[in-house]
Amino acid sequence: MSHATLTPKHGSLRGATLPKWFAWAVAAGSVVLGLGISTAAGLDSDIQWALIAAVLFVAGSYGISAKVEGRRQAKDRTATSLVWVAFLMALVPLISLIWETVKRGVKVLDGYFLSHSMGVVADTEPGGGIYHAIVGTLEQVGLATLISVPIGVLTAIYLVEYGRGRLAKAVTFFVDVMTGIPSIVAGLFVLSVWILMLDMGPSGFAGSMALSILMIPVVVRSTEEMLKLVPNELREASLALGVPKWRTILKVVLPTSIGGITTGVMLAIARITGETAPVLLLVWVTNFINTNPFQDPQASLPMYIYLQYQNSGGSGAAYDRAWAAALTLIAFIMILNLVARGIARWKAPKTGR
Amino acid sequence: MAKRIDVSGLNAYYGSFLAIEDISMTVEPRSVTAFIGPSGCGKSTFLRTLNRMHEVTPGGRVDGKVMLDDENLYGAGIDPVAVRREVGMVFQRPNPFPTMSVYDNVAAGLRLNGKYKKAELDDVVEKSLRGANLWNEVKDRLNKPGSGLSGGQQQRLCIARAIAVEPNVLLMDEPCSALDPISTLAIEDLIGELKEQYTIVIVTHNMQQAARVSDRTAFFNLSAVGQPGKLIEIDDTERIFSNPSVQATEDYISGRFG
Repeated sequence: MSHATLTPKHGSLRGATLPKWFAWAVAAGSVVLGLGISTAAGLDSDIQWALIAAVLFVAGSYGISAKVEGRRQAKDRTATSLVWVAFLMALVPLISLIWETVKRGVKVLDGYFLSHSMGVVADTEPGGGIYHAIVGTLEQVGLATLISVPIGVLTAIYLVEYGRGRLAKAVTFFVDVMTGIPSIVAGLFVLSVWILMLDMGPSGFAGSMALSILMIPVVVRSTEEMLKLVPNELREASLALGVPKWRTILKVVLPTSIGGITTGVMLAIARITGETAPVLLLVWVTNFINTNPFQDPQASLPMYIYLQYQNSGGSGAAYDRAWAAALTLIAFIMILNLVARGIARWKAPKTGR
Repeated sequence: MAKRIDVSGLNAYYGSFLAIEDISMTVEPRSVTAFIGPSGCGKSTFLRTLNRMHEVTPGGRVDGKVMLDDENLYGAGIDPVAVRREVGMVFQRPNPFPTMSVYDNVAAGLRLNGKYKKAELDDVVEKSLRGANLWNEVKDRLNKPGSGLSGGQQQRLCIARAIAVEPNVLLMDEPCSALDPISTLAIEDLIGELKEQYTIVIVTHNMQQAARVSDRTAFFNLSAVGQPGKLIEIDDTERIFSNPSVQATEDYISGRFG
């Protein structure tokens, strides 16, 4: 019977368990304790009590659970509480950013603000609006999208459906390199070619070219991943019906992945909409409405925010306008994302009966 | 409509790897020919060389001759797309197009190849679905997604899709291996009906299935892993299953190896 000691002990299947409200109770307790400790120690920051509470929460749930339930359950609880703490920490900057922007932005955000330019309004005076900046941003981003989406999607199709060997590897490598180009470098590149060498003036289109340098690699990458997700069986099924390859790609592969491609494009648009550096170098800025993106400086939302903030000089009016424009920019990107999700859901392959 | 396939001296490669070596056989029109043999012996590869799907795989290439009546599929100037319209294929796993309805799936082959009038398409779709014994089950849900059907229905949908373009030959790569016995029976019955009009080649791992549906059976084998697969013998199914001329065939069929 000497080997009997080697077999694990099989006791009862029941063990001591803490009630469901245990985690909440520990959380509440650590918040109270955290507040108490930071007050007692005279810490007047808004953050320290929360950090203390977070540490107490993780340590407390491990300690108590280890005593009552055993070490395995305690480890499980530690992992869960770490996940929750990380989640809350990630939410804090997000929510506070949106809260601040909304709180300060709604002051002057109204129909008048959205439909008027800064043409006759001095930066120090109240009034004026962002119509010219909205027009500029829409045109610049729209043009950049028109340039980038065909190039990006076709490049991805080449890489997934046709590319073999060295050329495809080189393209993949350079797309990866392009992903890492800082926006100011893209701006300087277009500046040196378009404005310095070809002697063109600043315009919305010059900015669009720089923006598309930033957008193309994002579109290529996301489209490539989506095309790779299309099962090979579908391509073979189509080819076996005697459908040429290009029609297979157009009618079977792209429709199957169009939802994901759209999402990728929308995310790329969201990325470039907030870019300031290329716009600063290539589009400049104006207080007047310029609807022609191919000639003369144009305004744009990021530049508008920057200049209004810079020129606020103690005046509350410009400061408020900067926040309102920031809120408009965030709302614009959020609407784009919602549209993308809608399209992705609407176009997703249907599985229902 | 059905055509005779005459293969001689066919080798197929994946890159530099010789997958099947020196295969010669004749497939009679309006009959069912079954390919049996252990996994990895090149049955599917050989099947895919018969409609030039083998070269879709990166590195896939073929030398030798495949005559469809009097035309060499690997001759100069032959368009693989045109070949695949003549020689249709049904795959192991049902693969209806997920973005298309039942109707669009069946019409896909015609629609993707050119323009057709709506009335013509309606006729072809109904005829093909009836041909695949699926019409009664789906006639009320033609506009529902094809991926919502059951596995067996999906496979019959794929058969309907393949016969909608009216090929001369129908290749089936283990069409029943993902299906339950009842769906398998439905497909086997269907094969029996389809052979009135088409030349059918079927790869199967199920020996009883080969015995039930086929007129002729070809046995493939490979001497060792990494060696090319070879055709051991092809003969009338009855003969292969009762009195094969090669010992290896008898061993395989009676379960003594593989």
